[in-house]
Amino acid sequence: MKVSVDEDKCCGAGSCVLAAPDVFDQRDEDGVVVLLDPEPAEHLHAAVREAADVCPAAAITLGNGA
Amino acid sequence: MTAAPDVLVVGASAAGLATAEALRRKGHTGAITLLGDEAHPPYDRPPLSKQVLAGTWEPERAHLRNQDVLDALGVTFALGDPAVSLDPATRGVRTASGTVLRADAVVLATGARPRTLPDQTGLSGVHVLRTVADAVALRADLLTATRLVVVGDGVLGAEVAATARGLGLDVTLAGPQPAPQAAQLGPLASGLLAELHAGHGVRLRLNAAVHGLVGQDGRVTGVRLDTGDVLPADVVVVALGAVPNTDWLLGSGLAIDDGVVCDTRCRAADGIYAVGDVARWHHERLGSLLRLENRTNATEQAAAVADNILGADRPYAPVPYFWTDQFDAKLQVFGFLPPDAEVSVEDGDVTARRFVALYRRAGEPVGVLGWNMPKQARQLRQRLLGQAPAPAPAPEGR
Repeated sequence: MKVSVDEDKCCGAGSCVLAAPDVFDQRDEDGVVVLLDPEPAEHLHAAVREAADVCPAAAITLGNGA
Repeated sequence: MTAAPDVLVVGASAAGLATAEALRRKGHTGAITLLGDEAHPPYDRPPLSKQVLAGTWEPERAHLRNQDVLDALGVTFALGDPAVSLDPATRGVRTASGTVLRADAVVLATGARPRTLPDQTGLSGVHVLRTVADAVALRADLLTATRLVVVGDGVLGAEVAATARGLGLDVTLAGPQPAPQAAQLGPLASGLLAELHAGHGVRLRLNAAVHGLVGQDGRVTGVRLDTGDVLPADVVVVALGAVPNTDWLLGSGLAIDDGVVCDTRCRAADGIYAVGDVARWHHERLGSLLRLENRTNATEQAAAVADNILGADRPYAPVPYFWTDQFDAKLQVFGFLPPDAEVSVEDGDVTARRFVALYRRAGEPVGVLGWNMPKQARQLRQRLLGQAPAPAPAPEGR
């Protein structure tokens, strides 16, 4: 699984951090998403899929058979 | 219900799509049909009043998913065909084209439509903003206009005013509240918002009841207030909130009262659920019916309904959340900010317009406001979990 984020779309809700805190964080200054792990381990995939689905700005995309 | 029920989702916007995605994410292998009245693939509404209206995004950038992702979902899209009636007994939905779709579970996600002024039809230059077509039409009109009057001082009206001011228009924001979004934000934050707008040159006509529109030769020329004053306008945006799209359900026998009335599981009848703006469900923790027009509610409620369709028995009791971006301010609101709450600044500095505040009632945290501190606001959200009942929500939200 390859994760990418669109900082321009990000609205700073932090839904991704609530869903998958090992993979996503937010910048202290403006809340924009920080991708901690663009190729997360398998045990994190379910949480990352949820994060991508629940992002209220559709700012997370998954690749490679995700 | 079978192990893999067929699911029909009526409404192909954020809540409808999220229902389909949540079902697949949770392992559902049955058929899913998404029925939508608009011809567009599912798109997002929050950018319409900001990036799309400003012209910084092409409208297509507001699409929620690209075609590859939609294809991979394995969902049948039936778009451009509005639902016209529901028979709960057979879980059959009839569409405008005459098709009848049946499923083991039906999810009602038909959203809401803008409330309008009685005299606005037939006058050009008067707009609402709900759909991507609305946003494109409003932008085209703004590009040749000088003076915009926004009727309505909720979140949508305030966002449109800010975006139009950014486009260089002379903007007046008129509404009945003492400050923009006062009902949602309480006196502190709505006061700061009023200052923000005034500082950017928006003319605020607060505490002002709108009487109606003024036009000449079929084109709007102004907005008349109850005081008799006329605010001159080339373009008017009517942003008076939204009404749930339930007209098509009036003959269904379902309970309809400012939305589709649902139990704590978001269930309106056996095998019939509602999600998103149209759903008014019993919030177990608040102990009352609640209807939220918030963007994240669409997704979170969809996940709860997907669980319940798949056999869980899950109450839906979220911490409400919305955000708004206006000028250089990014506001995040978790829970509720009632006007009589005690407010304490937990981080940052109000005078620097960068702070997080906690709202308490009778000592219990009921809301968090972030002003240009999204991350820190989200971190404070946990203070709202598991709390006693919060107050009734403001009537309008995103």
